[in-house]
Amino acid sequence: MSDTHARWTVIEPAARWPSFALGELWAQRELVYFLTWRDVKVRYKQTLLGVAWAIIQPLATMLVFSLFFGRLAKVPSEGVPYPLFALTALVPWTFFANGLTQAAGSVVLNQNLVTKVYFPRLAIPLATVLAGALDFVLAFVLLLVFLIAYGVAPTADWLGIVPFSLLAFAATLGVGLWLAALNVLYRDVRFAVPFLAQLWLFATPIAYPSSLLGEPWRTVYSLNPMVAVVDGFRWALLGTPAPSGASIVASCTVALLLVVSGALFFRRTEQSFADVV
Amino acid sequence: MTAAIRAIGLGKRYELGRTLQRDRTLRESVVESVGELMQSIRRGGSRTDDRELWALRDASFEIAEGEAVGLIGANGAGKSTLLKLLSRVTAPTTGRAEIHGRVGSLLEVGTGFHPDLTGRENVFLNGAILGMRGSEIARKFDEIVAFAEVERFLDTPVKRYSSGMYLRLAFAVAAHLEPEVLLVDEVLAVGDAAFQRKCLGKMGDVAASGRTVVFVSHNMDAVMRLCTRALLLEHGRVAESGPSAEVVAGYLARGGTGAPPAQWIDLADAPRRGSAEARFTRVRYAIPGEPGRVPRPGGPVRFDLEVESDVAQTIASVALVLRSQTGVMLLVADIIEWGAPMALAPGRNAVRFDIGSLNLTSGTYGVTLWMSHAIGKPIDEVTAFDLEVLGDGSRGLGASSPSMVHCPFSVSFPNGRDAQPD
Repeated sequence: MSDTHARWTVIEPAARWPSFALGELWAQRELVYFLTWRDVKVRYKQTLLGVAWAIIQPLATMLVFSLFFGRLAKVPSEGVPYPLFALTALVPWTFFANGLTQAAGSVVLNQNLVTKVYFPRLAIPLATVLAGALDFVLAFVLLLVFLIAYGVAPTADWLGIVPFSLLAFAATLGVGLWLAALNVLYRDVRFAVPFLAQLWLFATPIAYPSSLLGEPWRTVYSLNPMVAVVDGFRWALLGTPAPSGASIVASCTVALLLVVSGALFFRRTEQSFADVV
Repeated sequence: MTAAIRAIGLGKRYELGRTLQRDRTLRESVVESVGELMQSIRRGGSRTDDRELWALRDASFEIAEGEAVGLIGANGAGKSTLLKLLSRVTAPTTGRAEIHGRVGSLLEVGTGFHPDLTGRENVFLNGAILGMRGSEIARKFDEIVAFAEVERFLDTPVKRYSSGMYLRLAFAVAAHLEPEVLLVDEVLAVGDAAFQRKCLGKMGDVAASGRTVVFVSHNMDAVMRLCTRALLLEHGRVAESGPSAEVVAGYLARGGTGAPPAQWIDLADAPRRGSAEARFTRVRYAIPGEPGRVPRPGGPVRFDLEVESDVAQTIASVALVLRSQTGVMLLVADIIEWGAPMALAPGRNAVRFDIGSLNLTSGTYGVTLWMSHAIGKPIDEVTAFDLEVLGDGSRGLGASSPSMVHCPFSVSFPNGRDAQPD
């Protein structure tokens, strides 16, 4: 349904190796925009605290972590005050964990659309993850308040969070695509996702610094793309040691692989979404 | 004439009990796969066929540009599957189809409406989902709102709308989509009569403006009025294709959406209640002298009922009840009105109702059979079958009446012109 008139739409059995159909997705970018906008508008409808939830989540987690890991367990924090250390990691992490969870349920949640009208299905998880960007920005404002309160002065390094935010977005989308498609086929995903997010939290240096690990394990650990994201955020904002080149390469490669394979798997499964969902 | 839609050997296979099942879990799927593997080993490797269903098979046809085509057939014949394939909601298993031009599909009214968003927001969201550009929606916004008659409630969440307002707004958005090929499924089955008429009118406009329309409907009257051509689907195959009047006639000879005429309908499995002192066993209907046709509005129809009794007894009330699809009782023909109780002998007994003029408009009606003593609970009440009533096609502008009661009338213009229908 693009606006190019007089063109042929071909309807054929599903291809074994589908293309990404990015051109079609691009042509329908307005739809992605409207779906994102809908998700943003609807997310906090009929809630008491509304958009404050975007701030409460990382804030509450930070308090709990500061108390148990910072105060009681005396986990090292690279010389940075522990609350700031934890919050810097929790802002991108919350984006990842929420994006993942919401993307996983997105296609099933939109089954009334999927079974009734055609549009590039990739738009659904993409819009869901994009809608999380607003929460991310709000949580980042909270982080700024803490940075100022702790007397951290802005530097040019702060711009470094831009590429690391993009990396976080790629990781979220990649895992989200896999889970969204799998969830259509197997509702097990619904039960597995909270569990997965919890395990992933401990496999990411949020409550502790990644410097606790020595090489070569640290590079292996960086196969989790969120490792480079968190280390990158801390480096840019708090001036802790930058993640190593090997670690960044490992994280970026995995994130890219997740997006490509996730999109392929999604495209391959989407032809039967309407029959299965 | 150029083709707008060309389909060659389109087919869609569903695997019963597998893909049709919702909420499958990994465990079930593993268990099933192992079970299948064991079965196929036992059978010597051949895959089982009995769990497959071809919802559509080998459908080949061409629809010319500007043609309005009705897809008709009984429930489960494959109409909706074909429409889903053409609108690309699901992919075919076999075959290929090509559609020329921008496609708009309307499988449901209000797809993507979000209850928490306002009317205004939903117009934009729904428009984008249906394939409209933001600028296009903005340009047609006032027109859409005017068509839907919801100006005052634009900033109210649609969950506070009455169902009528909701439907009007949803249809208004869809109606302003301007595709070259419009695929429509049964959207007219919802809403009140006035709304249905508005929808039909709008679709008529679309067809008249030279765009291609494919229209799935159970409403034969609408198909005959809107469509020049019809495709009849039966058991997933294209059984007939041709001018809509001919195809509809062929379909109706088989009873249409209702039971076929002039054939005994067995009531053994029909839903029923009552004391069962006597039971309706089968029923048949037909137009006397014209057995292969469903009744016309205002036309005659004969019902033959068979009643089984264990003992000799007299029954005061034996009745035939016709109801609308929503369950409103429209007609009752009861022997109690004649004061002529029916004497039943042990075994099978026959009773015949001859209705001189069936005063119902075109549509599908439910037939219920009733039997009781003069006072008390029913002996047997059976929801017997659906009956389709259809006229011979419309005259003049062909606007059908939104009512259910057929009302023969004549009209004259004392100043000069005369017209005398019926």
